[in-house]
Amino acid sequence: MANSLIGSIDFQSKALELQAERGRVLASNIANADTPNYKARDFNFQAALAQATQGQASAGTSLAQTTTNPAHMSNGGGSTSTPPLLYRTPLQNSVDGNTVDLDVERANFAENSVRYEATLRFLNGQIKQMTTAINGQ
Amino acid sequence: MSLFKVFDVSGSAISAQSQRLNVVASNLANAESVAGPDGQPYKARQVVFQTQMFGSDPASAGVAVSQVTEDNSAPRKIHDPQNPAADSDGYVTLPNVNPVEEMVNMISASRGYQTNVDVMNTAKTLLQKVLQLGS
Repeated sequence: MANSLIGSIDFQSKALELQAERGRVLASNIANADTPNYKARDFNFQAALAQATQGQASAGTSLAQTTTNPAHMSNGGGSTSTPPLLYRTPLQNSVDGNTVDLDVERANFAENSVRYEATLRFLNGQIKQMTTAINGQ
Repeated sequence: MSLFKVFDVSGSAISAQSQRLNVVASNLANAESVAGPDGQPYKARQVVFQTQMFGSDPASAGVAVSQVTEDNSAPRKIHDPQNPAADSDGYVTLPNVNPVEEMVNMISASRGYQTNVDVMNTAKTLLQKVLQLGS
């Protein structure tokens, strides 16, 4: 029971981390909206989350904590590394070689923020649930 | 907390945009200056933006003004023999500032500034929500 709750918190925290990462990439795109030859970037969130949680199951990714004793706790692999960044396909080409579409980036940033908040809410609910279990009330 | 990097990224964009706004202000202020400190008419200036990476992290790319260039196109000339700055033919050399272009630049810079402030505000709200986790 406790394990499943912790596992779920782990999953949500990985999602949160990836969403923060994506927020950072999108903020970079917005910041560089007027930089000549800048190419807008993003990553495949679905694939990144799948990879991060797969590492959780097998604990075999590069960021998994090295354990030298079977009694050591494992951190279940990490998603802290930046997922492979891809380039966005420009909808409208611009003369200066910049591929940032400010509307697209802002929409994505807003969406990502809402998702981040949703993850926070789930996480909060689970923490509250666990506190209730601990308090036994 | 990688979300903190958003402040670095958007902050660099804000300062770059404000520098751009500064240059626009200089250009507009000097649109009618017949002589600069060196005796030559003022030349319109433009900033050049360049991506600035923070460390080796490919996910956070800020902006910096790499240089300020001077517009070397031909200055405007008007016929005004009464002007003390007029040459022997009665022409006064005015800066090559195009006020319309500068206004467009100003709008673009202020929009860029606003967008980045919005991004920072959103990141701040999210981080505050993280602080309230479990309460």
